[in-house]
Amino acid sequence: MRYEAPLTTPEAVELLASAKGRVHVLAGGTDLIVRMKGGFIEPDVVVDIKRIKDMHVIRKSAAGISIGAATSCGAMGKHSVLKKAWPGVVEAANLIGSDQVQGRCTMAGNLCNASPAADSVPALIAAGAQVLIVGPRGERRLPVEKLATGPGKTSLKKGELVTAIELPPRKVRSADAYLRFTPRTEMDIAVVSAAVNLTIDRKNVITDARVALGAVAIKAIRVPAAEKALIGNTLNEETLAAVAKACSAACKPIDDKRGTVEYRTRVAGVLAKRAAQAAWTRAGGKA
Amino acid sequence: MTNLVNTNINGDAVGFACEADETLLDALRNRVGLKGVKEGCGTGDCGACSVILDGTLVCSCLVLGMEVEGRTVETVEGLSNGAELHTLQSKFIEHAALQCGICTPGFLMAAKALLKNNPDPSEEEIRYALAGNLCRCTGYDKIVRAVQATAAELREA
Repeated sequence: MRYEAPLTTPEAVELLASAKGRVHVLAGGTDLIVRMKGGFIEPDVVVDIKRIKDMHVIRKSAAGISIGAATSCGAMGKHSVLKKAWPGVVEAANLIGSDQVQGRCTMAGNLCNASPAADSVPALIAAGAQVLIVGPRGERRLPVEKLATGPGKTSLKKGELVTAIELPPRKVRSADAYLRFTPRTEMDIAVVSAAVNLTIDRKNVITDARVALGAVAIKAIRVPAAEKALIGNTLNEETLAAVAKACSAACKPIDDKRGTVEYRTRVAGVLAKRAAQAAWTRAGGKA
Repeated sequence: MTNLVNTNINGDAVGFACEADETLLDALRNRVGLKGVKEGCGTGDCGACSVILDGTLVCSCLVLGMEVEGRTVETVEGLSNGAELHTLQSKFIEHAALQCGICTPGFLMAAKALLKNNPDPSEEEIRYALAGNLCRCTGYDKIVRAVQATAAELREA
């Protein structure tokens, strides 16, 4: 294996594009190194992006907040501007692993590892985030939900890498929330997870909403029917029941030791309701 | 392919040879001879291999040795000042916060990282901060008490 630590993005692209054999991007390494040591992958080249300064920058502009691909989830939790604008995204990122893992793990890695149970992904989908991708043919942007195509698989082409995650500008009276169910409070993988991002007007009517679920399909999914149930309504019992029903209906989970199909389907609805309530309260909604 | 890595470990400039796919954990133990770093799980779950890298607590099993070129690494061997133990070490002994001892270096480094950022942690904060370190002997209570006692003593110092 060859280890490369380029100092610029063009160098990283050049290394990824010209590498012969199996090439992997190393960000935090909390998935990649485990898979290497477990013998699941045998890279010929590993391209570490952590020496590229831009990859660590969290930048706020009129276009929203951009988070460099090598930014650790722990660093996100210490960024007050980001936390205030996107509390749901930050709480999702901060749920991943221990302090040791937080110091290294990244949302870009979480996205590219493409686990259906990835914690930050439903929150990013609900936020309407995009990934900035750089490759041999230049830059392109992609909604986060289009990056993973199935467990462990992404739509990235040879030579391409995610360089940043871009969150849109935060609207007034708007907030997000993320909840997951795990048997343990720490160091566990989501059995089901739900993220809700919503905007309300002065009369407490929801004017915009995005809902996403994790660990209930081959990848994190957006649930348009649940969004439709929220938009145009206030957050009452009836609305919440419709959200839960739509979320349960969208589930196509697996049966495994951590949860049955029936259980995951039911809990998805419950978590979506609670996430909607949390986002609503943060947005300043009153019943 | 063997590469030379130049880094700073516990305040000393250190150079070591390292394979590209070798973890920092293996490099510290087998190349540098720092056996205080322990391998429990090798997958980032148990924290026995915890070290502080450029001020951040990490699992050395999830870091490649090559990554620490030009960086600063702190291990349990750097805690004591010669024969004089660090307060954390004394308090762990005083409170019997260890039995078999395999997890102890990781707990000490995690506790050190916690107290640097938060000199007066609540019990809940201590338990969350140490959630990435597993101990199968003590049941954690004694470890939490040792960290509380250390925090109290360091605040007075």
